[in-house]
Amino acid sequence: MKRIRKPKLAVWKFASCDGCQLSLLDCEDELLAVAGKIEIANFPEASSKIVKGPYDLSLVEGSITTPHDEIRIHEVRRASKFLVTIGACATAGGIQALRNFKDVKEFISIVYAHPEYISTLNKSTPIADHVKVDFELRGCPINKDQLLEVIRAYLHGSKPNTPAYSVCMECKRCGTVCVMVAHGTPCLGPITHDGCGAICPSYNRGCYGCFGPKETPNTDSLAARFSELGATNQDIVQVLRNFNAWAEPFRRESEAHEKKVRKNKDNSR
Amino acid sequence: MPEHSILQRAHFEQLLGALKTRGYRVIGPTVRDGAIVYDDLNSTDDLPVGWTDEQEGGTYRLKRRGDAALFGYVVGPHSWKRFLHPPAVRLWQANRTGKNIQIEEEKHAAPKMAFLGVRACELHAISIQDKVFLGGSFVDPLYKARREGAFLVAVNCGQAGNTCFCASMNAGPKADFGFDLALTEIIEGSEHYFLAEAGTPLGEEILQELEHRPAENIEVEKAGSIHEKTAQQMGRTVDTTGIKDLLYANMEHPRWDDVASRCLACSNCTMVCPTCFCTTVEDVTDLKGDHAERWQKWDSCFTADFSYIHGGSVRSSTKSRYRQWMTHKLASWIDQFGSSGCVGCGRCITWCPVAIDLTEEVRVIRATDIRTKSMAKETDDGNTGTNPR
Repeated sequence: MKRIRKPKLAVWKFASCDGCQLSLLDCEDELLAVAGKIEIANFPEASSKIVKGPYDLSLVEGSITTPHDEIRIHEVRRASKFLVTIGACATAGGIQALRNFKDVKEFISIVYAHPEYISTLNKSTPIADHVKVDFELRGCPINKDQLLEVIRAYLHGSKPNTPAYSVCMECKRCGTVCVMVAHGTPCLGPITHDGCGAICPSYNRGCYGCFGPKETPNTDSLAARFSELGATNQDIVQVLRNFNAWAEPFRRESEAHEKKVRKNKDNSR
Repeated sequence: MPEHSILQRAHFEQLLGALKTRGYRVIGPTVRDGAIVYDDLNSTDDLPVGWTDEQEGGTYRLKRRGDAALFGYVVGPHSWKRFLHPPAVRLWQANRTGKNIQIEEEKHAAPKMAFLGVRACELHAISIQDKVFLGGSFVDPLYKARREGAFLVAVNCGQAGNTCFCASMNAGPKADFGFDLALTEIIEGSEHYFLAEAGTPLGEEILQELEHRPAENIEVEKAGSIHEKTAQQMGRTVDTTGIKDLLYANMEHPRWDDVASRCLACSNCTMVCPTCFCTTVEDVTDLKGDHAERWQKWDSCFTADFSYIHGGSVRSSTKSRYRQWMTHKLASWIDQFGSSGCVGCGRCITWCPVAIDLTEEVRVIRATDIRTKSMAKETDDGNTGTNPR
């Protein structure tokens, strides 16, 4: 019988906390099944043995924040047949994209004794801003079951079940009481991409938007409702400036409210 | 006139006992996370004793009552569809061994469930879902098994909520059909009892097992006046006159753009609606590709995938999705199933995070009906020649 070559998997890290790639190791029971179907060829976090490329499936974690990484991502793309970004950093720029709203040079001059050693970009950007991405998996961190689903879908040539609708869908299926309606807690669920299983509302917390904007997110209407519930413009800016702050719909909304904060300050002067 | 009995509050526990003895899983209202939800009840103590709810568009709050009523509130975020038409169900599994594929049909357990505290609007909602799942040529076997095993204890509402409008939809507040037992809770000073009415032989049989006595006329009248008072309390109203033609004629009404600017397309209204029945199927495979499962899950017409066909989503805008939902619920449902799809429970108003109110949307569309508007415009145009401006 002809021996079928297993597809080669590589895991790449850019600016990130490693949490998403650890989700793969966190698969534990399923990890053996993964290893049975796919050759873990380049995953430094798991093994120092590195098999040369090209790779069939690349999982890319982290955002682009340095001139060096700006070049390296193109090398990764060239070595990868199918490239999947994993997590909020790789798909939206991550928490480090908070720098995008400020002057990063000013931070460097304050934080580092020798700012001249620091070589960094003004903005933290998602992978898709630099190279073609074949699939984006959301979350901060990603959901390991969804990661397995993406690998499974890749292996079988199907579309992964990672719906782009709101967190509310999952919340309601679980039977969780809406924290916004019943408690008045601001919750990003109605504009956030499903995938976490609606964890926070089930613990009586509002959604933090870890999975980024859902399809057709109406951020403007939700922000208006937050104001009615007593949130200030500054509160709204903060709620939207999280792991997915640089994702377009969240960024646009937070900038609109930031403008209002500035305007109010100017008026009160 | 059907016979009525009086069941004392002190003996209410006997009802739960009688149901459990017959092997029923008793499900009813209970307080959880700041709301009254439907869940398993062990005893009367699990009921929201002395609680009530205050509801408005996008707002729900529990409040203490001045008495120890068992059913002194209206409907919460859950509906009975959670039990009759569960949110996620495995339909079948398949296993591959070598070149053989074996399909394993799901053996759905048919639980005996007793629903305690079913409101009139909910009885109407269940009868609407009966039509959907059992009425046509394709019967849903899962729903059928659950529905046939269900024992319904209705409770006539002693008060209406701010988002209630069952009276407008002819769906309450008094339960007039579809129950095994119906209760009206009456509290007067130190008196606390239920006027009970059996709707089926099984309901009658269970009622006979409880300590009770025949009701006096005055007690029946008291219950009647409670139902009347509740009907007068409705926080919302809808004028349903010609509503089908109204909505069909107003597909291009500018109000749909207005509501789309507020709508989050989050699907909450459809999830809480007791008549919304749509599902999707999701195929799940293991990594090896040797085991597959097909799951049925609640779906919503507010997602892009819902109307996805070759080439993209038919209803890509939120405007088209809201219009589809409301027009289906209030108009095309009549063509499809012979009745309105709305029972006036008000859940879609209360549980909309941004307080969109379909009764208000209907009101605005009626007040600015494009048919009358275009007629007015024609008159205007006709007048321009003789009426120089």
